[in-house]
Amino acid sequence: MRSNQYYQRLALIKKAALYVLLILAAVPFVFPFWWMMTSSLKSPSQIFAYPPRLLPETWHWENFVEVFTYQPFARQYFNSLYIAVLVTIGTLIVASLAGYAFARIPFPGRTFLFILVLSGLMMPSEVTIIPNFFFMKELGLTNSHFPLIVIPIFGAPAVVGTFMMRQFFISIPDEIEDAARIDGASRFSMFWQIAFPIARPVLGGLAILTFLASWNLFLDPFVNLDDIELWTLPHSLRNYVDPYGTPLWHLQMAATTLSVIPVLIIYVIAQEQIIDSFATSGVK
Amino acid sequence: MTTSSQMTHLDSVKARNGSPSHSSMKRRDALWGYAFVSPQVLGFLVFVLGPLIAVVVFSLQDRNLLFGNSGFVGFENYRTMFTTDPLFKKVMVNSLVFTLLLTPLNVATSLALALLLSRGLRGQKIFRLLYFAPVVTSAAAWAIVWRFLLQGEQGAVNQMLALIGINGPNWLFEEHWAMVSVVVTRVIKNLGLNMVILLAAATNVPDEYEEAAVVDGANSWQILWHILLPQLIPSLLFVSIITVIGSLRVFDHILLLTGGGPGNSTMVLVYYVYYQAFQFFEIGYASALAVILFVVALILTVIQWALRSRLGTE
Repeated sequence: MRSNQYYQRLALIKKAALYVLLILAAVPFVFPFWWMMTSSLKSPSQIFAYPPRLLPETWHWENFVEVFTYQPFARQYFNSLYIAVLVTIGTLIVASLAGYAFARIPFPGRTFLFILVLSGLMMPSEVTIIPNFFFMKELGLTNSHFPLIVIPIFGAPAVVGTFMMRQFFISIPDEIEDAARIDGASRFSMFWQIAFPIARPVLGGLAILTFLASWNLFLDPFVNLDDIELWTLPHSLRNYVDPYGTPLWHLQMAATTLSVIPVLIIYVIAQEQIIDSFATSGVK
Repeated sequence: MTTSSQMTHLDSVKARNGSPSHSSMKRRDALWGYAFVSPQVLGFLVFVLGPLIAVVVFSLQDRNLLFGNSGFVGFENYRTMFTTDPLFKKVMVNSLVFTLLLTPLNVATSLALALLLSRGLRGQKIFRLLYFAPVVTSAAAWAIVWRFLLQGEQGAVNQMLALIGINGPNWLFEEHWAMVSVVVTRVIKNLGLNMVILLAAATNVPDEYEEAAVVDGANSWQILWHILLPQLIPSLLFVSIITVIGSLRVFDHILLLTGGGPGNSTMVLVYYVYYQAFQFFEIGYASALAVILFVVALILTVIQWALRSRLGTE
Protein backbone atom coordinates (compact mmCIF):
# COMPACT_ATOMS: atom_id res chain seq x y z
CA MET A 1 0.00 0.00 0.00
CA ARG A 2 1.56 3.28 -1.06
CA SER A 3 1.94 5.86 1.65
CA ASN A 4 0.02 9.08 1.90
CA GLN A 5 3.27 10.89 1.46
CA TYR A 6 3.77 9.24 -1.89
CA TYR A 7 0.42 10.44 -3.16
CA GLN A 8 1.00 13.93 -1.84
CA ARG A 9 4.36 14.05 -3.59
CA LEU A 10 2.76 12.76 -6.78
CA ALA A 11 0.07 15.41 -6.66
CA LEU A 12 2.71 18.08 -6.21
CA ILE A 13 4.71 16.83 -9.16
CA LYS A 14 1.60 16.75 -11.30
CA LYS A 15 0.82 20.30 -10.32
CA ALA A 16 4.31 21.48 -11.11
CA ALA A 17 4.20 19.74 -14.47
CA LEU A 18 0.92 21.45 -15.18
CA TYR A 19 2.41 24.85 -14.51
CA VAL A 20 5.42 24.11 -16.66
CA LEU A 21 3.15 23.10 -19.52
CA LEU A 22 1.05 26.22 -19.18
CA ILE A 23 4.08 28.47 -19.07
CA LEU A 24 5.71 26.83 -22.07
CA ALA A 25 2.44 27.05 -23.96
CA ALA A 26 2.22 30.74 -23.17
CA VAL A 27 5.50 31.55 -24.91
CA PRO A 28 4.21 31.83 -28.49
CA PHE A 29 1.40 34.02 -27.20
CA VAL A 30 3.52 36.39 -25.20
CA PHE A 31 6.84 36.46 -27.00
CA PRO A 32 5.55 38.34 -30.08
CA PHE A 33 4.36 41.19 -27.86
CA TRP A 34 7.61 41.28 -25.95
CA TRP A 35 9.72 41.23 -29.08
CA MET A 36 7.55 43.87 -30.69
CA MET A 37 7.94 46.24 -27.76
CA THR A 38 11.65 45.75 -27.26
CA SER A 39 12.42 45.92 -30.95
CA SER A 40 10.70 49.28 -31.16
CA LEU A 41 13.42 50.63 -28.91
CA LYS A 42 16.33 49.18 -30.86
CA SER A 43 18.30 50.90 -33.56
CA PRO A 44 18.18 49.39 -37.07
CA SER A 45 21.60 47.88 -36.54
CA GLN A 46 20.61 46.24 -33.28
CA ILE A 47 17.37 44.82 -34.58
CA PHE A 48 18.89 41.72 -36.06
CA ALA A 49 21.83 41.46 -33.72
CA TYR A 50 23.03 37.94 -33.04
CA PRO A 51 22.85 36.50 -30.47
CA PRO A 52 19.37 37.96 -30.02
CA ARG A 53 18.96 40.23 -27.07
CA LEU A 54 15.82 40.19 -24.99
CA LEU A 55 16.32 43.80 -24.09
CA PRO A 56 17.71 46.60 -26.25
CA GLU A 57 21.29 47.65 -25.57
CA THR A 58 20.46 51.27 -25.75
CA TRP A 59 16.92 52.55 -25.66
CA HIS A 60 16.12 54.50 -28.78
CA TRP A 61 13.07 56.46 -27.83
CA GLU A 62 13.52 58.57 -30.94
CA ASN A 63 12.03 55.72 -32.95
CA PHE A 64 8.67 56.76 -31.64
CA VAL A 65 9.23 60.29 -32.83
CA GLU A 66 10.28 59.07 -36.24
CA VAL A 67 7.06 57.03 -36.47
CA PHE A 68 5.13 60.29 -36.49
CA THR A 69 7.36 62.17 -38.89
CA TYR A 70 7.69 59.43 -41.48
CA GLN A 71 4.03 59.58 -42.41
CA PRO A 72 0.95 61.31 -40.96
CA PHE A 73 0.69 58.64 -38.30
CA ALA A 74 -1.14 60.80 -35.79
CA ARG A 75 -3.76 61.54 -38.39
CA GLN A 76 -4.07 57.85 -39.24
CA TYR A 77 -4.36 56.95 -35.59
CA PHE A 78 -7.10 59.51 -35.18
CA ASN A 79 -8.84 58.14 -38.28
CA SER A 80 -9.00 54.66 -36.83
CA LEU A 81 -10.23 56.06 -33.56
CA TYR A 82 -13.01 58.31 -34.70
CA ILE A 83 -14.25 55.81 -37.28
CA ALA A 84 -14.44 53.12 -34.61
CA VAL A 85 -16.34 55.44 -32.29
CA LEU A 86 -18.86 56.40 -34.97
CA VAL A 87 -19.35 52.81 -36.05
CA THR A 88 -19.88 51.74 -32.45
CA ILE A 89 -22.43 54.43 -31.70
CA GLY A 90 -24.23 53.82 -34.97
CA THR A 91 -24.31 50.08 -34.50
CA LEU A 92 -25.59 50.35 -30.95
CA ILE A 93 -28.45 52.53 -32.11
CA VAL A 94 -29.39 50.46 -35.15
CA ALA A 95 -29.02 47.13 -33.37
CA SER A 96 -30.90 48.09 -30.22
CA LEU A 97 -33.77 49.65 -32.15
CA ALA A 98 -34.11 46.67 -34.45
CA GLY A 99 -33.49 44.14 -31.69
CA TYR A 100 -36.10 45.75 -29.49
CA ALA A 101 -38.70 45.79 -32.23
CA PHE A 102 -38.00 42.22 -33.26
CA ALA A 103 -38.32 41.17 -29.66
CA ARG A 104 -41.19 43.18 -28.32
CA ILE A 105 -43.24 44.98 -30.94
CA PRO A 106 -45.78 42.86 -32.76
CA PHE A 107 -46.10 43.78 -36.41
CA PRO A 108 -46.96 41.91 -39.56
CA GLY A 109 -43.97 40.38 -41.28
CA ARG A 110 -41.81 40.56 -38.18
CA THR A 111 -40.64 36.98 -38.34
CA PHE A 112 -39.97 37.14 -42.04
CA LEU A 113 -37.93 40.31 -41.76
CA PHE A 114 -35.98 38.92 -38.86
CA ILE A 115 -35.03 35.77 -40.69
CA LEU A 116 -34.14 37.85 -43.72
CA VAL A 117 -31.82 40.04 -41.70
CA LEU A 118 -30.42 37.00 -39.94
CA SER A 119 -29.29 35.60 -43.26
CA GLY A 120 -26.77 38.42 -43.23
CA LEU A 121 -24.85 36.39 -40.68
CA MET A 122 -24.06 33.86 -43.37
CA MET A 123 -22.59 36.43 -45.66
CA PRO A 124 -18.88 36.94 -45.34
CA SER A 125 -18.28 40.60 -46.06
CA GLU A 126 -15.48 39.55 -48.37
CA VAL A 127 -18.15 38.33 -50.77
CA THR A 128 -19.91 41.66 -51.03
CA ILE A 129 -16.83 43.86 -51.11
CA ILE A 130 -16.80 44.06 -54.90
CA PRO A 131 -20.29 45.45 -55.50
CA ASN A 132 -20.02 47.63 -52.40
CA PHE A 133 -16.84 49.10 -53.79
CA PHE A 134 -18.51 49.77 -57.11
CA PHE A 135 -21.46 51.35 -55.41
CA MET A 136 -19.20 53.65 -53.46
CA LYS A 137 -17.29 54.41 -56.61
CA GLU A 138 -20.48 55.45 -58.38
CA LEU A 139 -21.25 57.75 -55.51
CA GLY A 140 -17.74 59.13 -55.61
CA LEU A 141 -17.22 58.06 -52.04
CA THR A 142 -14.41 55.59 -52.38
CA ASN A 143 -11.48 57.68 -51.25
CA SER A 144 -13.28 58.67 -48.07
CA HIS A 145 -14.25 57.26 -44.73
CA PHE A 146 -17.90 57.00 -45.65
CA PRO A 147 -17.85 53.32 -46.63
CA LEU A 148 -15.83 52.50 -43.54
CA ILE A 149 -18.48 53.99 -41.30
CA VAL A 150 -21.75 53.30 -43.04
CA ILE A 151 -21.27 49.76 -44.28
CA PRO A 152 -20.33 48.25 -40.92
CA ILE A 153 -23.22 50.01 -39.19
CA PHE A 154 -25.80 48.51 -41.49
CA GLY A 155 -24.09 45.54 -42.93
CA ALA A 156 -23.26 42.06 -41.90
CA PRO A 157 -21.32 42.93 -38.74
CA ALA A 158 -24.28 44.80 -37.24
CA VAL A 159 -26.60 41.84 -37.71
CA VAL A 160 -24.75 40.12 -34.89
CA GLY A 161 -25.62 43.13 -32.78
CA THR A 162 -29.28 43.00 -33.70
CA PHE A 163 -29.35 39.34 -32.83
CA MET A 164 -27.73 39.96 -29.46
CA MET A 165 -30.06 42.82 -28.59
CA ARG A 166 -33.10 40.83 -29.58
CA GLN A 167 -32.00 37.97 -27.36
CA PHE A 168 -31.66 40.36 -24.49
CA PHE A 169 -34.92 42.20 -25.02
CA ILE A 170 -36.82 38.94 -25.27
CA SER A 171 -35.53 38.02 -21.86
CA ILE A 172 -36.78 41.03 -19.96
CA PRO A 173 -40.09 40.41 -18.24
CA ASP A 174 -43.17 42.11 -19.62
CA GLU A 175 -44.14 43.65 -16.30
CA ILE A 176 -41.39 46.20 -16.59
CA GLU A 177 -43.06 47.89 -19.50
CA ASP A 178 -46.62 47.37 -18.29
CA ALA A 179 -46.72 50.34 -16.01
CA ALA A 180 -45.57 52.66 -18.75
CA ARG A 181 -47.93 51.15 -21.29
CA ILE A 182 -50.91 51.61 -19.03
CA ASP A 183 -49.90 55.18 -18.46
CA GLY A 184 -50.20 55.62 -22.18
CA ALA A 185 -46.53 56.05 -22.92
CA SER A 186 -45.60 55.94 -26.58
CA ARG A 187 -43.69 52.99 -27.86
CA PHE A 188 -40.66 55.14 -28.36
CA SER A 189 -40.48 56.32 -24.78
CA MET A 190 -41.03 52.77 -23.62
CA PHE A 191 -37.94 51.89 -25.55
CA TRP A 192 -35.86 54.89 -24.75
CA GLN A 193 -36.69 55.32 -21.10
CA ILE A 194 -37.16 51.77 -19.96
CA ALA A 195 -35.79 49.05 -22.18
CA PHE A 196 -32.68 50.81 -23.44
CA PRO A 197 -31.25 51.76 -20.03
CA ILE A 198 -31.71 48.21 -18.75
CA ALA A 199 -29.74 46.92 -21.69
CA ARG A 200 -26.57 48.61 -20.57
CA PRO A 201 -24.50 45.46 -19.89
CA VAL A 202 -25.34 43.93 -23.26
CA LEU A 203 -24.78 47.25 -24.96
CA GLY A 204 -21.39 47.41 -23.30
CA GLY A 205 -20.45 44.00 -24.65
CA LEU A 206 -21.68 44.88 -28.11
CA ALA A 207 -19.79 48.14 -27.98
CA ILE A 208 -16.55 46.33 -27.24
CA LEU A 209 -16.98 43.85 -30.06
CA THR A 210 -17.98 46.53 -32.54
CA PHE A 211 -15.19 48.88 -31.58
CA LEU A 212 -12.55 46.20 -31.90
CA ALA A 213 -13.94 45.00 -35.21
CA SER A 214 -13.77 48.49 -36.63
CA TRP A 215 -10.34 49.22 -35.13
CA ASN A 216 -8.95 46.05 -36.66
CA LEU A 217 -10.68 46.33 -40.02
CA PHE A 218 -8.27 45.91 -42.89
CA LEU A 219 -9.97 44.89 -46.13
CA ASP A 220 -12.38 47.78 -46.59
CA PRO A 221 -9.90 50.58 -45.88
CA PHE A 222 -7.29 48.81 -47.95
CA VAL A 223 -9.57 48.60 -50.94
CA ASN A 224 -11.19 52.00 -50.70
CA LEU A 225 -8.61 54.49 -49.54
CA ASP A 226 -5.94 56.07 -51.70
CA ASP A 227 -4.77 59.15 -49.84
CA ILE A 228 -2.25 58.43 -47.17
CA GLU A 229 -3.92 61.03 -44.97
CA LEU A 230 -7.05 58.93 -44.92
CA TRP A 231 -5.48 55.61 -44.08
CA THR A 232 -6.35 53.74 -40.95
CA LEU A 233 -3.89 52.02 -38.64
CA PRO A 234 -3.74 48.49 -40.03
CA HIS A 235 -2.83 49.85 -43.42
CA SER A 236 -0.37 52.42 -42.16
CA LEU A 237 1.62 49.99 -40.07
CA ARG A 238 3.27 48.29 -42.99
CA ASN A 239 4.13 51.49 -44.77
CA TYR A 240 7.39 51.98 -42.94
CA VAL A 241 9.70 50.95 -45.74
CA ASP A 242 12.85 52.35 -47.24
CA PRO A 243 13.00 53.55 -50.87
CA TYR A 244 13.74 49.98 -51.97
CA GLY A 245 10.69 48.63 -50.21
CA THR A 246 12.63 46.94 -47.45
CA PRO A 247 10.76 47.25 -44.19
CA LEU A 248 12.13 49.61 -41.60
CA TRP A 249 11.52 47.10 -38.88
CA HIS A 250 12.29 49.30 -35.92
CA LEU A 251 9.70 51.80 -37.10
CA GLN A 252 7.16 49.15 -37.98
CA MET A 253 7.51 47.67 -34.54
CA ALA A 254 7.28 51.07 -32.89
CA ALA A 255 4.13 51.96 -34.80
CA THR A 256 2.61 48.56 -34.12
CA THR A 257 3.43 48.94 -30.43
CA LEU A 258 1.61 52.25 -30.35
CA SER A 259 -1.44 50.72 -31.99
CA VAL A 260 -1.52 47.66 -29.80
CA ILE A 261 -0.70 49.05 -26.34
CA PRO A 262 -3.92 51.04 -25.76
CA VAL A 263 -6.02 48.03 -26.71
CA LEU A 264 -3.97 45.80 -24.42
CA ILE A 265 -4.29 48.18 -21.52
CA ILE A 266 -8.05 48.33 -21.86
CA TYR A 267 -8.06 44.57 -22.32
CA VAL A 268 -6.19 43.96 -19.09
CA ILE A 269 -8.44 46.33 -17.17
CA ALA A 270 -11.75 45.04 -18.53
CA GLN A 271 -10.68 41.47 -19.26
CA GLU A 272 -13.69 39.81 -17.72
CA GLN A 273 -16.20 41.74 -19.70
CA ILE A 274 -14.19 41.62 -22.92
CA ILE A 275 -13.61 37.90 -22.83
CA ASP A 276 -17.23 37.40 -21.87
CA SER A 277 -18.50 39.47 -24.81
CA PHE A 278 -16.47 37.43 -27.24
CA ALA A 279 -17.52 34.14 -25.71
CA THR A 280 -21.22 34.89 -25.71
CA SER A 281 -21.25 36.36 -29.19
CA GLY A 282 -19.63 33.21 -30.46
CA VAL A 283 -22.21 31.02 -28.84
CA LYS A 284 -25.06 32.57 -30.74
CA MET B 1 -47.28 35.53 -25.50
CA THR B 2 -48.47 37.56 -22.59
CA THR B 3 -48.73 40.57 -24.86
CA SER B 4 -52.22 39.68 -26.01
CA SER B 5 -53.54 39.38 -22.48
CA GLN B 6 -51.93 42.68 -21.61
CA MET B 7 -53.63 44.18 -24.62
CA THR B 8 -56.99 42.94 -23.40
CA HIS B 9 -56.43 44.41 -19.97
CA LEU B 10 -55.22 47.61 -21.50
CA ASP B 11 -58.19 47.54 -23.83
CA SER B 12 -60.58 47.64 -20.98
CA VAL B 13 -58.66 50.45 -19.35
CA LYS B 14 -58.67 52.42 -22.54
CA ALA B 15 -62.28 51.59 -23.29
CA ARG B 16 -63.26 52.85 -19.89
CA ASN B 17 -61.39 56.06 -20.51
CA GLY B 18 -62.79 56.44 -24.01
CA SER B 19 -59.47 56.16 -25.84
CA PRO B 20 -58.84 55.25 -29.50
CA SER B 21 -59.77 51.74 -30.54
CA HIS B 22 -57.67 48.66 -30.07
CA SER B 23 -56.90 48.22 -33.76
CA SER B 24 -55.68 51.75 -34.34
CA MET B 25 -53.43 51.42 -31.33
CA LYS B 26 -52.09 48.19 -32.70
CA ARG B 27 -51.54 49.88 -36.02
CA ARG B 28 -49.64 52.68 -34.38
CA ASP B 29 -47.53 50.20 -32.53
CA ALA B 30 -46.82 48.30 -35.70
CA LEU B 31 -45.71 51.53 -37.33
CA TRP B 32 -43.25 51.99 -34.54
CA GLY B 33 -42.11 48.48 -35.20
CA TYR B 34 -41.41 49.21 -38.83
CA ALA B 35 -39.73 52.45 -37.93
CA PHE B 36 -37.43 50.74 -35.45
CA VAL B 37 -36.35 47.99 -37.77
CA SER B 38 -36.10 50.08 -40.89
CA PRO B 39 -32.49 51.22 -40.40
CA GLN B 40 -31.31 47.64 -40.05
CA VAL B 41 -33.55 46.25 -42.75
CA LEU B 42 -32.88 48.99 -45.27
CA GLY B 43 -29.20 48.81 -44.54
CA PHE B 44 -29.35 45.09 -45.05
CA LEU B 45 -31.05 45.46 -48.40
CA VAL B 46 -28.61 48.07 -49.61
CA PHE B 47 -25.36 46.70 -48.28
CA VAL B 48 -25.89 42.98 -47.99
CA LEU B 49 -28.71 41.58 -50.11
CA GLY B 50 -28.30 44.04 -52.95
CA PRO B 51 -24.57 43.41 -53.28
CA LEU B 52 -25.14 39.67 -53.11
CA ILE B 53 -27.51 39.85 -56.04
CA ALA B 54 -25.06 42.14 -57.80
CA VAL B 55 -22.24 39.68 -57.27
CA VAL B 56 -24.26 36.91 -58.83
CA VAL B 57 -25.16 39.15 -61.76
CA PHE B 58 -21.54 40.27 -62.20
CA SER B 59 -20.41 36.66 -62.16
CA LEU B 60 -22.43 36.08 -65.30
CA GLN B 61 -20.83 38.98 -67.09
CA ASP B 62 -17.51 39.65 -68.73
CA ARG B 63 -16.85 42.74 -66.73
CA ASN B 64 -13.46 44.31 -66.37
CA LEU B 65 -12.80 47.51 -64.50
CA LEU B 66 -10.55 48.84 -67.24
CA PHE B 67 -12.27 47.50 -70.30
CA GLY B 68 -15.85 47.90 -69.18
CA ASN B 69 -18.71 45.51 -69.32
CA SER B 70 -18.87 43.26 -72.34
CA GLY B 71 -22.19 41.93 -71.25
CA PHE B 72 -23.80 38.68 -70.35
CA VAL B 73 -21.70 35.60 -70.89
CA GLY B 74 -23.63 33.03 -68.95
CA PHE B 75 -21.53 30.52 -67.08
CA GLU B 76 -18.37 31.34 -68.98
CA ASN B 77 -16.58 32.54 -65.86
CA TYR B 78 -17.44 29.38 -64.01
CA ARG B 79 -16.31 27.29 -66.91
CA THR B 80 -12.99 29.13 -67.00
CA MET B 81 -12.56 28.50 -63.31
CA PHE B 82 -12.85 24.78 -63.60
CA THR B 83 -11.16 24.25 -66.95
CA THR B 84 -8.69 26.83 -68.15
CA ASP B 85 -7.52 28.62 -65.00
CA PRO B 86 -4.52 26.77 -63.56
CA LEU B 87 -4.40 29.07 -60.58
CA PHE B 88 -7.95 28.25 -59.52
CA LYS B 89 -7.15 24.63 -58.87
CA LYS B 90 -4.08 25.64 -56.88
CA VAL B 91 -6.11 28.15 -54.90
CA MET B 92 -8.75 25.58 -54.03
CA VAL B 93 -6.13 23.09 -52.93
CA ASN B 94 -4.46 25.77 -50.84
CA SER B 95 -7.77 26.66 -49.24
CA LEU B 96 -8.46 23.04 -48.43
CA VAL B 97 -4.98 22.52 -46.98
CA PHE B 98 -5.22 25.72 -45.00
CA THR B 99 -8.56 24.82 -43.44
CA LEU B 100 -7.68 21.18 -42.85
CA LEU B 101 -4.43 22.10 -41.13
CA LEU B 102 -5.80 24.98 -39.15
CA THR B 103 -8.99 23.52 -37.75
CA PRO B 104 -7.73 20.39 -35.96
CA LEU B 105 -4.68 22.24 -34.70
CA ASN B 106 -6.80 25.06 -33.37
CA VAL B 107 -9.50 22.92 -31.79
CA ALA B 108 -7.13 20.36 -30.27
CA THR B 109 -4.85 22.98 -28.75
CA SER B 110 -7.69 25.09 -27.42
CA LEU B 111 -9.27 21.96 -25.94
CA ALA B 112 -6.01 20.99 -24.27
CA LEU B 113 -5.53 24.45 -22.82
CA ALA B 114 -9.17 24.66 -21.74
CA LEU B 115 -8.86 21.35 -19.92
CA LEU B 116 -5.62 22.43 -18.26
CA LEU B 117 -7.27 25.63 -17.11
CA SER B 118 -10.36 23.90 -15.80
CA ARG B 119 -8.41 22.22 -13.03
CA GLY B 120 -8.96 25.12 -10.70
CA LEU B 121 -5.30 26.07 -10.55
CA ARG B 122 -4.25 29.23 -8.90
CA GLY B 123 -3.25 31.89 -11.39
CA GLN B 124 -5.38 30.44 -14.16
CA LYS B 125 -6.91 33.84 -14.78
CA ILE B 126 -3.48 35.09 -15.75
CA PHE B 127 -2.97 32.28 -18.18
CA ARG B 128 -6.37 32.88 -19.67
CA LEU B 129 -5.43 36.51 -20.07
CA LEU B 130 -2.26 35.57 -21.91
CA TYR B 131 -3.79 33.01 -24.24
CA PHE B 132 -6.63 35.34 -25.16
CA ALA B 133 -4.48 38.42 -25.72
CA PRO B 134 -3.82 37.78 -29.43
CA VAL B 135 -7.58 37.57 -30.02
CA VAL B 136 -8.11 41.24 -29.23
CA THR B 137 -5.04 42.30 -31.17
CA SER B 138 -5.54 43.42 -34.73
CA ALA B 139 -4.81 40.82 -37.37
CA ALA B 140 -2.61 43.34 -39.12
CA ALA B 141 -0.46 43.99 -36.06
CA TRP B 142 -0.14 40.27 -35.36
CA ALA B 143 0.83 39.45 -38.93
CA ILE B 144 3.34 42.30 -39.14
CA VAL B 145 5.06 41.23 -35.95
CA TRP B 146 5.23 37.60 -37.04
CA ARG B 147 6.56 38.62 -40.43
CA PHE B 148 9.33 40.30 -38.52
CA LEU B 149 9.91 37.27 -36.29
CA LEU B 150 9.95 34.78 -39.13
CA GLN B 151 12.54 36.52 -41.27
CA GLY B 152 14.92 34.07 -42.91
CA GLU B 153 18.31 34.26 -41.30
CA GLN B 154 17.89 37.21 -39.07
CA GLY B 155 14.43 36.72 -37.67
CA ALA B 156 14.16 36.15 -33.96
CA VAL B 157 12.71 32.69 -34.36
CA ASN B 158 15.59 31.43 -36.45
CA GLN B 159 18.09 33.16 -34.21
CA MET B 160 16.64 31.41 -31.18
CA LEU B 161 16.74 28.12 -33.04
CA ALA B 162 20.33 28.75 -34.04
CA LEU B 163 21.20 29.14 -30.38
CA ILE B 164 20.29 25.50 -29.90
CA GLY B 165 21.91 24.45 -33.11
CA ILE B 166 18.87 24.19 -35.37
CA ASN B 167 19.04 25.71 -38.81
CA GLY B 168 15.57 27.10 -39.31
CA PRO B 169 14.07 27.32 -42.81
CA ASN B 170 13.15 30.54 -44.52
CA TRP B 171 9.70 30.33 -43.00
CA LEU B 172 7.83 32.70 -45.26
CA PHE B 173 9.64 32.13 -48.50
CA GLU B 174 9.88 28.39 -48.83
CA GLU B 175 6.98 26.71 -50.50
CA HIS B 176 5.55 24.42 -47.82
CA TRP B 177 6.91 26.22 -44.79
CA ALA B 178 5.00 29.31 -45.83
CA MET B 179 1.70 27.52 -45.49
CA VAL B 180 2.76 26.04 -42.16
CA SER B 181 3.78 29.47 -40.91
CA VAL B 182 0.53 31.04 -42.00
CA VAL B 183 -1.51 28.31 -40.34
CA VAL B 184 0.38 28.16 -37.07
CA THR B 185 0.49 31.91 -36.56
CA ARG B 186 -3.21 32.13 -37.31
CA VAL B 187 -3.96 29.34 -34.85
CA ILE B 188 -2.06 31.12 -32.10
CA LYS B 189 -3.97 34.27 -32.81
CA ASN B 190 -7.45 32.88 -32.53
CA LEU B 191 -7.41 29.78 -30.40
CA GLY B 192 -8.02 31.85 -27.28
CA LEU B 193 -11.57 32.32 -28.47
CA ASN B 194 -12.26 28.61 -28.79
CA MET B 195 -10.45 27.98 -25.54
CA VAL B 196 -12.76 30.31 -23.67
CA ILE B 197 -15.86 28.68 -25.14
CA LEU B 198 -14.59 25.20 -24.31
CA LEU B 199 -13.50 26.30 -20.86
CA ALA B 200 -17.01 27.51 -20.13
CA ALA B 201 -18.38 24.19 -21.32
CA ALA B 202 -15.87 22.22 -19.29
CA THR B 203 -16.59 24.07 -16.08
CA ASN B 204 -20.27 23.49 -16.67
CA VAL B 205 -19.87 19.76 -16.45
CA PRO B 206 -21.37 18.92 -13.06
CA ASP B 207 -18.79 17.99 -10.47
CA GLU B 208 -20.88 15.02 -9.42
CA TYR B 209 -20.00 13.16 -12.59
CA GLU B 210 -16.33 13.40 -11.83
CA GLU B 211 -16.78 12.70 -8.15
CA ALA B 212 -18.80 9.59 -8.84
CA ALA B 213 -16.10 8.38 -11.18
CA VAL B 214 -13.40 8.99 -8.59
CA VAL B 215 -15.39 7.02 -6.05
CA ASP B 216 -15.57 4.20 -8.58
CA GLY B 217 -11.78 4.25 -8.73
CA ALA B 218 -11.27 5.93 -12.08
CA ASN B 219 -7.94 7.65 -12.66
CA SER B 220 -7.50 11.05 -14.32
CA TRP B 221 -7.19 9.71 -17.83
CA GLN B 222 -10.33 7.64 -17.55
CA ILE B 223 -12.25 10.57 -16.17
CA LEU B 224 -11.07 12.68 -19.03
CA TRP B 225 -11.83 10.20 -21.73
CA HIS B 226 -15.09 8.73 -20.51
CA ILE B 227 -16.67 11.57 -18.58
CA LEU B 228 -15.44 14.99 -19.64
CA LEU B 229 -14.92 14.56 -23.35
CA PRO B 230 -18.33 13.08 -24.14
CA GLN B 231 -19.90 16.05 -22.34
CA LEU B 232 -17.86 18.39 -24.44
CA ILE B 233 -18.79 16.95 -27.81
CA PRO B 234 -21.52 19.49 -28.62
CA SER B 235 -19.20 22.38 -27.87
CA LEU B 236 -16.38 20.75 -29.77
CA LEU B 237 -18.52 20.35 -32.84
CA PHE B 238 -19.72 23.91 -32.57
CA VAL B 239 -16.23 25.29 -32.12
CA SER B 240 -14.95 23.20 -35.01
CA ILE B 241 -17.45 24.45 -37.45
CA ILE B 242 -17.13 28.10 -36.57
CA THR B 243 -13.39 27.67 -36.96
CA VAL B 244 -13.85 26.17 -40.39
CA ILE B 245 -16.16 28.97 -41.45
CA GLY B 246 -13.78 31.54 -40.02
CA SER B 247 -10.88 30.04 -41.91
CA LEU B 248 -12.63 30.81 -45.19
CA ARG B 249 -12.35 34.50 -44.53
CA VAL B 250 -8.70 34.82 -43.58
CA PHE B 251 -7.33 37.46 -45.88
CA ASP B 252 -5.40 40.22 -44.15
CA HIS B 253 -3.33 37.74 -42.19
CA ILE B 254 -2.09 36.04 -45.34
CA LEU B 255 -1.69 39.23 -47.30
CA LEU B 256 0.54 40.74 -44.65
CA LEU B 257 2.56 37.62 -43.94
CA THR B 258 3.30 36.18 -47.35
CA GLY B 259 1.38 38.19 -49.91
CA GLY B 260 -0.05 34.92 -51.16
CA GLY B 261 3.40 33.62 -51.98
CA PRO B 262 5.82 32.18 -52.50
CA GLY B 263 4.58 31.33 -55.94
CA ASN B 264 0.94 31.62 -54.88
CA SER B 265 1.37 28.72 -52.49
CA THR B 266 -0.50 30.51 -49.73
CA MET B 267 -3.18 32.07 -51.86
CA VAL B 268 -6.58 30.95 -50.67
CA LEU B 269 -9.98 31.51 -52.25
CA VAL B 270 -10.87 34.75 -50.50
CA TYR B 271 -7.45 36.15 -51.36
CA TYR B 272 -7.93 35.08 -54.95
CA VAL B 273 -11.19 37.03 -55.10
CA TYR B 274 -9.34 40.16 -54.03
CA TYR B 275 -6.46 39.36 -56.38
CA GLN B 276 -8.66 39.02 -59.45
CA ALA B 277 -10.85 41.99 -58.58
CA PHE B 278 -8.36 44.57 -57.43
CA GLN B 279 -5.14 43.58 -59.13
CA PHE B 280 -6.42 42.29 -62.42
CA PHE B 281 -9.66 44.22 -62.40
CA GLU B 282 -11.51 41.13 -63.63
CA ILE B 283 -14.72 41.96 -61.84
CA GLY B 284 -16.80 39.31 -63.58
CA TYR B 285 -14.43 36.49 -62.84
CA ALA B 286 -13.77 37.70 -59.31
CA SER B 287 -17.50 37.80 -58.68
CA ALA B 288 -17.83 34.22 -59.82
CA LEU B 289 -15.11 33.30 -57.35
CA ALA B 290 -16.95 35.23 -54.66
CA VAL B 291 -20.10 33.27 -55.43
CA ILE B 292 -18.21 30.02 -54.94
CA LEU B 293 -16.90 31.35 -51.64
CA PHE B 294 -20.39 32.31 -50.61
CA VAL B 295 -21.85 28.93 -51.49
CA VAL B 296 -19.20 27.11 -49.48
CA ALA B 297 -19.77 29.41 -46.50
CA LEU B 298 -23.51 28.98 -46.84
CA ILE B 299 -23.35 25.19 -46.83
CA LEU B 300 -21.12 25.19 -43.78
CA THR B 301 -23.29 27.68 -41.94
CA VAL B 302 -26.40 25.64 -42.61
CA ILE B 303 -24.59 22.59 -41.25
CA GLN B 304 -23.60 24.64 -38.22
CA TRP B 305 -27.17 25.70 -37.52
CA ALA B 306 -28.47 22.20 -38.06
CA LEU B 307 -25.91 20.81 -35.66
CA ARG B 308 -26.73 23.42 -33.07
CA SER B 309 -30.43 22.77 -33.10
CA ARG B 310 -29.97 19.02 -32.97
CA LEU B 311 -27.50 19.08 -30.15
CA GLY B 312 -29.00 21.99 -28.28
CA THR B 313 -27.31 25.29 -27.49
CA GLU B 314 -25.29 26.18 -24.42
